[in-house]
Amino acid sequence: MRLPHKPSALVVAALLAAGLSACAAGAPASGPGAASGTGGSASSAGEAAKLSGTLTVFAAASLKSTFTKLAAEFEAANPGTKVALSFAGSSDLVTQISQGAPADVFASADVKNMAKLADAGLLDGTATNFATNVLAIAVPPANPASIASFADLARPGVRVVVCAGQVPCGAATAAVEKATGVTLNPVSEESSVTDVLGKVTSGEADAGVVYVTDVRTAGEKVKGIPFAEADQAVNTYPIATVGSSKNKELAAAFVALVTGAEGKKVLGDAGFGTQ
Amino acid sequence: MRHAYQGIPRWIYVLATAGALFVLLPLAAIVAKVNWAQFLPLVTSESSLTALGLSLRTSAASTVLCIVLGVPLALVLARGQFRGQRLLRSFVLLPLVLPPVVGGIALLYTFGRQGLLGRSLELAGIQIAFSTTAVVLAQTFVALPFLVVSLEGALRSAGSRYEAVAATLGARPTTVLRRVTLPLVMPGLASGAVLSFARSLGEFGATLTFAGSLQGVTRTLPLEIYLQRETDADAAVALSLLLVAVAVAVVGLSYRGPGAAGTRGPGAAERALREGTPETARERVAP
Repeated sequence: MRLPHKPSALVVAALLAAGLSACAAGAPASGPGAASGTGGSASSAGEAAKLSGTLTVFAAASLKSTFTKLAAEFEAANPGTKVALSFAGSSDLVTQISQGAPADVFASADVKNMAKLADAGLLDGTATNFATNVLAIAVPPANPASIASFADLARPGVRVVVCAGQVPCGAATAAVEKATGVTLNPVSEESSVTDVLGKVTSGEADAGVVYVTDVRTAGEKVKGIPFAEADQAVNTYPIATVGSSKNKELAAAFVALVTGAEGKKVLGDAGFGTQ
Repeated sequence: MRHAYQGIPRWIYVLATAGALFVLLPLAAIVAKVNWAQFLPLVTSESSLTALGLSLRTSAASTVLCIVLGVPLALVLARGQFRGQRLLRSFVLLPLVLPPVVGGIALLYTFGRQGLLGRSLELAGIQIAFSTTAVVLAQTFVALPFLVVSLEGALRSAGSRYEAVAATLGARPTTVLRRVTLPLVMPGLASGAVLSFARSLGEFGATLTFAGSLQGVTRTLPLEIYLQRETDADAAVALSLLLVAVAVAVVGLSYRGPGAAGTRGPGAAERALREGTPETARERVAP
């Protein structure tokens, strides 16, 4: 029997296939398939109904720090419950929920993506707006290009990174450009606000247009420059219970926490508007 | 011709079928999901064509760079003898198993503005981040191991017997390399180059991290697909199919069948040398 002529070729082909599929989409694994709460212990005692089971919350990536905190508070306040969080771009999450991902609660970074689920009849009831976010300019701590206003971003030689028009932060940036008459010439149009922030924190870009809350989260690594024209594009965050949720009681309790006083406090601390 | 032992247990075929389906079904799903009425307009839109053109150009440049850097590497790894050779091989092959995004971060801290070499480059007036050069570097980084592995394998199975003969006939090392070694391993080199090209074409993570995404400059086809997916699923699917088609064509080119490399012949040099060399047959069986 003849030996394979090129044994390495097959190995290479296999590795190639692996490499091609290894696109780092950064999609987090949805919760451990844990939509099904027990729900059995719903004693009919009205207010005293004891909540239990696992709640899966799909939330926009920009809500990561606030929702992680709120989930911990929820678990502490309701012993026997567990909150599984999945963070990604809102449109990714909409796609996942439409394809049957086991989410109980969905919090979107814009009204448009929530509307997609509502239009598809995948929500339980209607969505509630719970926070707003506005754009801000993020620059490296030393501010090498001396950016002080939105108009400064259009100066020649300034390396600006923005979100692409297809994602919410990019749409907001375009709205501000339109309102101010300032046209940016970005060196890159990223597909997520975190990618924009990354280009600024690594010092590659002189400035990036991100959300106020991203600047807050990045802490010392960037300097935030607020600008008045940001009011031209206020992003609204809606939250809703997903129609296919098997534990709507628990979902409603979490939505109530987010939209209630405690939620307002945590979100406000992170820079969100909560009026 | 040959009758090799064919006694594969039947259940192996069942599992093999499952394995084949696992790869083919998702591809079929893409084909099923394509909006054919809109396919042509979607694929030939300006942004799609720009991305495709950029992908083909950068992948071609990366392949050239892979050949220039990879052939010497493979030669040194297969034929050289020095301390740390195994270690070097492990490191050269590392990008095969690294998540591309890690490669992107590594490149950023090498060629980026604040990077290891970036500062000096910046002083020299060379700016790599956010440029097409960055795309080519990212693609070369992830594709280089494919060429090295392919070629090193070919070099090892070819053996160095012919080179030894050529050297005893008075050929200098460079002549031996050019007239004997390279023609001998040409099929391995060719398939390695094709694989590098294919891998470059599919590069996503390192490019996104290191080069950014701007139409016509750094937004290659995979990045365009990733972006289109945000708003226009039909466009993303159509472009995905386009990329699958290009990848199939490229891989098909390099593996035209198990005997392709052998029957096409590694070139005149081997044939010339093989004539009158009775051991050839034996050697080919047991390299």
